[in-house]
Amino acid sequence: MGSADRVAAIEARGVGMVYNRKRTSLVALEAIDLTVKKEEFVSLLGPSGCGKTTLLKLISGLLPPSAGAIMVEGAPVLGPQRKIGIVFQTPALMKWRSVEKNVMLPAEVLGLERKKSRQRAQELIDLVGLTGFERKYPHELSGGMQQRVGIARALIHDPSILLLDEPFGALDLMTRSQLNLELLRIWSERRQTSLLITHSIPEAVFLSDRVVVLSARPGRVLDILEVSLPRPRTPEMRVGRKFVELVDQVSRRIGLEYA
Amino acid sequence: MRISSEEKGGRAFEGPQREPVIALFLRSPAVIRLLKLVLTLFLFALLWEAACRAFQVPSYLLPAPSRIFAALFGPVSFLGDGLITLYETLLGFAAALVVGVLAASAVVVFPAIADIVMPLLLMAQLVPKVAIAPIMMIWLGYGLLPKIALAFLVSFFPIVINTASGLSSLEKELLDLAHSLEASRWQLFWKFRVPSALPLLFDGMKISITLAVIGAVISEFVGGSQGLGFLILMANQQLNTALAFASLLLMSLGGIVLYALVELAERILIPWNLSEERWVKAGGL
Ligand SMILES: Nc1ncnc2c1ncn2[C@@H]1O[C@H](COP(=O)(O)OP(=O)(O)O)[C@@H](O)[C@H]1O
Ligand SMILES: [Mg+2]
Repeated sequence: MGSADRVAAIEARGVGMVYNRKRTSLVALEAIDLTVKKEEFVSLLGPSGCGKTTLLKLISGLLPPSAGAIMVEGAPVLGPQRKIGIVFQTPALMKWRSVEKNVMLPAEVLGLERKKSRQRAQELIDLVGLTGFERKYPHELSGGMQQRVGIARALIHDPSILLLDEPFGALDLMTRSQLNLELLRIWSERRQTSLLITHSIPEAVFLSDRVVVLSARPGRVLDILEVSLPRPRTPEMRVGRKFVELVDQVSRRIGLEYA
Repeated sequence: MRISSEEKGGRAFEGPQREPVIALFLRSPAVIRLLKLVLTLFLFALLWEAACRAFQVPSYLLPAPSRIFAALFGPVSFLGDGLITLYETLLGFAAALVVGVLAASAVVVFPAIADIVMPLLLMAQLVPKVAIAPIMMIWLGYGLLPKIALAFLVSFFPIVINTASGLSSLEKELLDLAHSLEASRWQLFWKFRVPSALPLLFDGMKISITLAVIGAVISEFVGGSQGLGFLILMANQQLNTALAFASLLLMSLGGIVLYALVELAERILIPWNLSEERWVKAGGL
């Protein structure tokens, strides 16, 4: 392994965030220390309002932290960066654009070469299983399909880091577990470092190398659990004893905290 | 290969029989809606006619529909006056569209000027337009210009308000996406804000076009020698109420057609806005 491989993909040191409103100020995050290695898949679990989305915005450079520092691939975060792709909680598609055009949007904004990005868009549409839906408009798609478009869009400019903010929260259980498998397949094909926010403990365990548990607001890192399931992960693992034990372990950790 | 082509052929044969176009047309929600409307109006006219005859209402008080109809095809030609009013309406509306969209864009792109522009717009909106009409005559003469100006003044407010709120109502996540891609101010405006504002702009245009008709007619009332508004004025002076009603009928018919044209443009230009909700609305009438 070269020294470049040892640089963490995401590194947060003593990160705090305070939102200042007219008269009140709200501490959203406090003293967050977190390291995500390259090509690692990490999930973030925590109660609503504990600052998960805020942490994602800090990492993606959409907001500056009030305290501490964040490094992405060895460089301090000073603003938005191309290395990062974001999948939002809502699909956030442009309803006036077809699937293909939605996927190509970031490439257009970044001024990437049109022919190449069109080809990449097609590859990604195939990758997320939407072949044949290129010319459809968002209102013609189901919620799960819309979120697939969101994932393809986040990957169009070939980011090395993917941030996902509860992307499957609004989906039914069947669609959700299907998309879990798809995400797993995409990750194993492309190996982009992934940080996933989720409310689902099984989802976090099934997908991740490590699960980070945050406290209620102000968000602090309570615990980091290694997921010792082997790769590649298979659907059968979700009913295996090891998996159930791990889910149990995380639930217990969370249950004790919020009891 | 062979199997898949057979499959294709099979599916084509099993497809449902195509219905005659006319049957599809008659069952489309829009046509059903139109038929319902026409039927309702027809029944209303019948009742009206019956009441006028039964109670022998004098025509100068309330003309029966048959008389209004007669006036419509009588000695007075509506064509010239109708075209004049249409011309004033369309030019006023076009000006309102251009000025309204530009003003709204300026306010959204440079929020600093909103504090100056919005109160002025509101003041302009609050002034009673009937009171302005004579002043327009003094400033712009007795030709078509003051009529166009009034149609513009009456109709541009809904365009400004709707466009401004459309331009600033971009989904939060899309705004985050734009920022995360470091979109320029220009890109944010054209690629994100403008398209997302179109549905509201069209809603504004629908209100605006009907107001433009009213503006043009008010202006013809106040001073002028042609147009449907002038015709109504003349008819009233001669106690020719049937003629006045005929002009009114023509005016509202024209308004409906203009409204429908804006709606048609909306369907053609932003088909993606035909969300499920709208279909339900259309079908649920
Ligand atoms: N722009 C903002 N201004 C003020 N407070 C905010 C803002 N964004 C989030 N908050 C507050 O910060 C806290 C954490 O929010 P968020 O990061 O969205 O939590 P989560 O994603 O974990 O549900 C919440 O209490 C929320 O109300
Ligand atoms: Mg959140």
